[in-house]
Amino acid sequence: MRFLSRRLIHAVLVLFGVSILTFLFTSLAPGDYFDEMRLNPQIAPETVVALRAQYQLDRPLPVRYARWLNSVVHGDLGYSFSYNSPVGPLLWVRARNTLFLTVTATLLSWGLALPLGVWSAERLGGLPDSLISWMMAGLMAVPDLALALGLLLFAARSGWFPTGGLASLGFESLSPINELRDLTLHMFLPVAVLVLTALPLLVRHVRAAMAGVLHAPFLRAAQGHGIPRRRLLYRYALPAAANPLISLFGFSIGALLSGSLLVEVVMSWPGIGPLLVEAILSRDLYVVVGGVLLSTLFLVVGNFVADVFLYWADPRIRAGPVAK
Amino acid sequence: MASILEVRNLHVAYFSRTGVASSAIVDVSFSVRPGEILGVLGESGSGKSTLAASLLRLLPASGNIQQGSILFEGRDVLQADPRELESIRGRRIALIDQEPSVALHPTMRVGDQIGEVLAAHEYLDKKVRRERVRQILEALFPAETERISSSYPHQLSGGQRQRVLIAQAIACGPSMVVADEPTASLDPTTQREILSVFQSLRQKFGLAIILITHNPSLLAGLADRVLVLYAGSVAEIGPTDSVLSSPLHPYTRALLRCLPPPLCGADEANRKTKLPVIAGDSPNPAWLFPGCRFEPRCKDRFETCREREPAAVSLSEGHTVSCFKFGG
Amino acid sequence: MQPLIQVEYLVKRYSSRGVLGSGEVVSALNEVSFSVAPGKTLALVGASGSGKSTLALCLACLERSTSGRIWFEGRDIAALDEKQLRAVRPQIQLVFQDPASSLNPRFTALEIVTEPLLVQRKWGTREMHERALALLERIGLSRGMASRRTGEFSGGQRQRLAIARALSLAPKLLILDEALSSLDCSVQAQIANLLLELQSSFVLTYLFITHDLAMAAHLGDEIAVMNRGRIVEQGVPEKVLGAPSHEATRGLVAATPGSIVTPRMPGGL
Repeated sequence: MRFLSRRLIHAVLVLFGVSILTFLFTSLAPGDYFDEMRLNPQIAPETVVALRAQYQLDRPLPVRYARWLNSVVHGDLGYSFSYNSPVGPLLWVRARNTLFLTVTATLLSWGLALPLGVWSAERLGGLPDSLISWMMAGLMAVPDLALALGLLLFAARSGWFPTGGLASLGFESLSPINELRDLTLHMFLPVAVLVLTALPLLVRHVRAAMAGVLHAPFLRAAQGHGIPRRRLLYRYALPAAANPLISLFGFSIGALLSGSLLVEVVMSWPGIGPLLVEAILSRDLYVVVGGVLLSTLFLVVGNFVADVFLYWADPRIRAGPVAK
Repeated sequence: MASILEVRNLHVAYFSRTGVASSAIVDVSFSVRPGEILGVLGESGSGKSTLAASLLRLLPASGNIQQGSILFEGRDVLQADPRELESIRGRRIALIDQEPSVALHPTMRVGDQIGEVLAAHEYLDKKVRRERVRQILEALFPAETERISSSYPHQLSGGQRQRVLIAQAIACGPSMVVADEPTASLDPTTQREILSVFQSLRQKFGLAIILITHNPSLLAGLADRVLVLYAGSVAEIGPTDSVLSSPLHPYTRALLRCLPPPLCGADEANRKTKLPVIAGDSPNPAWLFPGCRFEPRCKDRFETCREREPAAVSLSEGHTVSCFKFGG
Repeated sequence: MQPLIQVEYLVKRYSSRGVLGSGEVVSALNEVSFSVAPGKTLALVGASGSGKSTLALCLACLERSTSGRIWFEGRDIAALDEKQLRAVRPQIQLVFQDPASSLNPRFTALEIVTEPLLVQRKWGTREMHERALALLERIGLSRGMASRRTGEFSGGQRQRLAIARALSLAPKLLILDEALSSLDCSVQAQIANLLLELQSSFVLTYLFITHDLAMAAHLGDEIAVMNRGRIVEQGVPEKVLGAPSHEATRGLVAATPGSIVTPRMPGGL
């Protein structure tokens, strides 16, 4: 348990650090939300000053940070200037959508990468292996954006998939089955882009990790005991190869998350991505801080989940460092 | 009594990536009777591990059994399809591999690893299986069955791991166990313990055991017969006492002379004197010449030794040697 | 004669961290004392886990002892700091059990032997090569083999190479930690002979750690038996092994099957 509690404390410290840094950097950037108003001759300079005072932008940085921390405790996460509402509730809805996308993509890409990588490693150098390797190399060479645009074009031309948004009009009136169908169709494009960009790296790692253990003596010993082939691969080899893969799992969540921010903007998925872009452009300070912090939180949680997996999977880590 | 294992004219070769073959086992024939302990004595490069792997068809992809037959309980192992092999391995013949430290799965509990072997061969209710695992472990660890069962391999000592490997091997009640250097990494006390476990397994279950080792002193008092392997072929085979105390083949004789004097014979005069050695280099697996493989290092060689390989000559009861000195 | 190395009350404790971080102390060495005269061999035997390897590491200054003294040529090397040790280290060399894992397979034989010389920066390239080649020849590897990579050598040749590397800095004490254990019997005999030759030509002192009692009795001027971090018995091999007084020694002797095999050489054949 020491291992996990240490990781947890670590995670909280990271979140703190990130919040301070984003706060610092956003306030170092010149100008703020109200600067454009100043150029507008119809708004009196006094009004701008009053607004800034109202939102406490005239206060020194530490004070603003302290007040923001206080609002975090209340779940508000500060106040959005452009939406004129607390950031918290604004973010939650978007976060749910992003999470929906990322989790689906993570599960799907690992669900594909594991069998593909295992299959590839089992026939190292054979036809399936080279075929998969070439396909993955090809996928890796295509930039995310090109892939996303290509799929969008395909969707627009074929009309098989909606090209944006989360749900069709009149979603509420659909039966549960159709609701699910509608959601799947809407998710298909963004998830496909995410999975396809994440897949090559994952398959390669699974293949390398598996290839590393396939010649391990304990596998031969198990084979000598007559353990069936499939069980050898998935019950014996895969867990032994899992440690680096579990760490990769943590990273992959991060990668898929940052990938999804881009994909959301391109495919107009109502997640954190578009919100963050909009907020950065209009210097909606607290939304930026909240969005960044939320992404960090996902990342940290992802890594923590990976650590929990690792702890659960490897008894040697559970035992902790022991001197000889 | 009828043999349980009958190996006839076995030839095994390895192929390099460029397709160059090097033979590891050349024309090996022997048999094992039920409940017999056959010691296979061989140094590195003798092909002893290849022999062990061949018996269960566990050679790496580069290895290839070129000819011969391996009849086990009347079935030709070389003709078996993958499914049949899976049902023979572990259930009828079990392999105990060299290094106990790496032959166990690092992240699976010991009890589960034994359960896996059971599950691979018969369908058992979970509860029944757990009980069977407990019984098997109890036989090998009477004092601490529970603790060992729930341990991971890294928590055990070398001797304990070796016992776990034995437990796995006997889990399904096979009729033969092939043990490849089972005690090489253990200290003498533990070594003795493990060897006596083998002995009692033979007594209790009538298990036939092929014990492969490079150390002749392990076989004395344990093996019924000894097969001496040199460069992939059988130098001599015979009853243990006869092979170890009056060896016939020049290689066996030279090998036994290399050992430091036994403890009871140690005295000051001999101490720190040079030990007799076998001249020349270890055998080269890419050997291409006709003739006896030990010839280049042999003190007693004649002309004929270079021309063809000696055939096996049966001298006394069950003692067979492949050397021209004896008429080969 | 003044001993080359004299160990007095050497103690080594490890603390393993428990679940709550509280330390559980394990004594690996418990007041170990012995001495070895120059040019002699002390054979150290004992079951695994008896502290033999820990002792080797402490003597080679690769592990710090907890307390006690290690007098080496009149200096207490256990008390020296890292900088002072640099002058002592070349004098005490260690050869391990598994030559395959202690030699980098990508290095050639020549590179293996010149590596320790390079670190010392005392010699020119030419001189280093000459010294290394002479040493390789001395341990039985021909000049032609010097450019081969270690991966191409057999187990016995690799162990020869490991010995050559240890000898390259002209040490006085060689600690052989199970140096013969992973070798075939016929190769063991060759390496044992090599060790004897080297000892008499370079006046080397050996600490020969092994579980092979017969080899210990053959190579050792004295035998010390370790049990649970202590030396429980020490003396000439005939006495220690012939009339063991400690339980641990008796156990070891009983477990040694060597006494059963007495190869009678048929004279007529």
